[in-house]
Amino acid sequence: MRENSVAVGVRLHNVTKRYGSVEAVRNLTLEVYEGELLVLLGPSGCGKTTTLRLVAGLERPDAGEIELFGQVVSGSRWVPPEARGIGLVFQDYALFPHLRVAENVAFGLRGWRRRQAMERVAEVLDLVGLSECADRYPHELSGGEQQRVALARALAPRPRLLLLDEPLSNLDAELRKRMRAELRRIVKGSGITALFVTHDQQEAFALADRIGVLSRGRLWQVGAPEELYHAPACRFVADFIGEATFLPGRVEAHAILTELGRFPGNGLPEGTRVELMLRPSDLRLVPDPEGPGVVVDRHFRGAESLYDVRLPSGVLVRASLGESQGLPPGTRVRLEPVSHRAVVFPVE
Amino acid sequence: MQAAAREAPPRKPVPWLLPAPAVLVAAGIFAPLAYLILRALEAEPSMLREVVLSPRNALLLWNTLLLAGGTVGGSFLLAFPLALLDVRSDLPPLLTTLVGTLPLAIPEYVGAYAFLAATGPGGTLEAVLGVPVPRPSGYWGATVVLSLFLYPYAFLNLRTALRGVDPSLEESARSLGYGPWMAFSRSVLPQLKPALSAGGLLVAIHALGDFATVGLLRYETYSSAIYLQYSAAFDRTYAAWLALLLIGLVTGMLWGEARVVRGLRLARTGIGAQRAPRRTPLGPWRWAAYGYALGLGLASVGVPVAVLGHWMLRGPGTEAGIAEALTGTLRLATPTALLAVGLALPITYWSVRYPSTASTAAERVVYFGYAIPPLAFALAVIFFALRTAPALYQTLLLLVVAASLHFLSEAIGPLRAALYQAPPRLEEAARSLGYGPLSAFFRVTLPLLRPGLLAGLALVFLSAAKDLALTTLLSPPGYTTLAVRVWGYASDAMFERAAPHGLAMIGLGAAAVGVLIQTERAR
Repeated sequence: MRENSVAVGVRLHNVTKRYGSVEAVRNLTLEVYEGELLVLLGPSGCGKTTTLRLVAGLERPDAGEIELFGQVVSGSRWVPPEARGIGLVFQDYALFPHLRVAENVAFGLRGWRRRQAMERVAEVLDLVGLSECADRYPHELSGGEQQRVALARALAPRPRLLLLDEPLSNLDAELRKRMRAELRRIVKGSGITALFVTHDQQEAFALADRIGVLSRGRLWQVGAPEELYHAPACRFVADFIGEATFLPGRVEAHAILTELGRFPGNGLPEGTRVELMLRPSDLRLVPDPEGPGVVVDRHFRGAESLYDVRLPSGVLVRASLGESQGLPPGTRVRLEPVSHRAVVFPVE
Repeated sequence: MQAAAREAPPRKPVPWLLPAPAVLVAAGIFAPLAYLILRALEAEPSMLREVVLSPRNALLLWNTLLLAGGTVGGSFLLAFPLALLDVRSDLPPLLTTLVGTLPLAIPEYVGAYAFLAATGPGGTLEAVLGVPVPRPSGYWGATVVLSLFLYPYAFLNLRTALRGVDPSLEESARSLGYGPWMAFSRSVLPQLKPALSAGGLLVAIHALGDFATVGLLRYETYSSAIYLQYSAAFDRTYAAWLALLLIGLVTGMLWGEARVVRGLRLARTGIGAQRAPRRTPLGPWRWAAYGYALGLGLASVGVPVAVLGHWMLRGPGTEAGIAEALTGTLRLATPTALLAVGLALPITYWSVRYPSTASTAAERVVYFGYAIPPLAFALAVIFFALRTAPALYQTLLLLVVAASLHFLSEAIGPLRAALYQAPPRLEEAARSLGYGPLSAFFRVTLPLLRPGLLAGLALVFLSAAKDLALTTLLSPPGYTTLAVRVWGYASDAMFERAAPHGLAMIGLGAAAVGVLIQTERAR
């Protein structure tokens, strides 16, 4: 729980946006604190891009209010995008093809004195590491370079808020990883408030101060990456973030009885049926010719392997094991919970 | 470029500035037509029977259809090999582009006049060969001449379609066991259907609307009958009916083409970028290909220019009237081009950025205005002006407005293509950087539209300069253009007097085509 003294950069309150009969965003309430990098994470079509566009002012909400740094911009008042002091980085960069890199970056510096504008352009190009490309045209640059120009262009006018719509999706995997680190360094280094949209979990974990998980227009949970991983608020978030096995169990005598042993009950009434969420690292896999489980499949992941193990009840459990012990399918194993702490979801 | 799977397209409110010109244009096209119908309805029933059910009418219909069919066939026959060579062979693309588009600079009736002047007793060919060559006339003369000067429309459509064909489709067919020709005909030819129907429609429209060429070559069609009735007869009602019937015929063709194109699924599915089509080296066939391209270019451009040059040298220096005629053409074509592009810009922007049934309907109306044979449209405008604003009748203003409305459609194509190169994302980026909507349009989108704007201007200028129908019927008394002069002299077989005017037209036309080719390379 944050204290109320932390300033809020972006506040959405009960925001709804409809396209025809489809509700792209439903009663969304979210706060982005000043100076934080919040990532909106969710599968395609979940409403994250719409949310971003609503904050930018490129779309108008059908209901609800949006405030930027204490000022209402959508709702009781309407402030157009050009007056919101935002920087926008699109997935396809949207660089102006008829302008050189330096001119692209300077585009938002209308009204600045020439000398100051040129200095700012040089400063920002240096920040993203593209000082030598100032005179080139966008089509002469690689994907990664174009993306950095787009970032520089958005940052040049010193906006209060930076909005990024899946800016790394068009890059290949290696470049993506490198750009992630760069991006976080640049954004956190400038102290700007940032809202970042992606469907890639790894990206979200690497970049975010906090993550907001969206699905079908609704916000399911907001919190630090560790919080989401270890303490998901609902089954959807548990399933969406990281690998998860859901083990059926029943509450009995203040404990939860499952096929893999007893777990501490958490106050639910006697007889409630529940599901326990277990991450692969929560289970220790031990080869045991008398063990209850049978290895069904193995997923090699380099440093470790993930195993699908079938229990006598038919439930499939995922557990991980370091690579030194490669177990073929058919091996009998037993599973030992590493700790007896688990996330419990009552079965509806 | 891969776009994210976006949610449903935004339904933003449309700024009213955009549909407004479309409404004006639609009014400008339908109001005269309404008056045409009114005028036609004034006819007596007996005359009606005479007109509609007469054997003469049947003959005209048959002639007209035959001409349209023959011209479409001839144009594609000439254009298809050329388009193939342009896209799929290693022949220099400039050569094929020039041969494929330069004939646009030459009005069909100038071409007809050139062939008439070349043949027959006293013709150029007689001077060269010593033997008089028979004059082209009748159905075959008209079909060949029209095909020779209308094939660029087929060529441009075919070329665009061939360029857009994904080579991996053919490669898939080859991997599945089809030989090169089979793979081509099974995977590529079906994709040419829209081009065939769009290009065919365009050629047919021009063939149907032509009255000058068929007049020179002594072949009777609806359009030539309309012109005869209008200029010779006192009673214009018969002309009105012929015009209506012709419009009906064209509407039927439009509907037919829409049926053919509807439901065609040709867009590329799957991700990844499409590669450009592979060019086949011609080897020994090179010479045949060169021969074909050069021969075609010679026939459609070389011969007319040479013949006109020859007659001009023969003539007693009749450039005196040229300045007046040239001024007349420029005073007509320039404002027409500017007005047409000015109207086309908001309409196309509306249609591309805020697509809806209304915007599609607007584009269809504009195309309809283009498809209506210009004689029929001019007649409709006359009836309209005489009834509602007689002061405008026979003024340059009315002529320019009518011409802009009629040729508007030609500006839409290039503008639309240019707009696709300037996606809305760019304007949104400008908005986020502090620019208002109009500012963003002018600073970001408009510069990117320049090639499209220039191409639109060039096309409309060219069409207005070549126009005879609208000019003859609507221009102020005493007003003349190069087109009117050429046709007038040629009709009276005064070939020497016609020559300098014809050459001036070709010169103007070549300049416009040059601009067109340049804008294409800019994209």
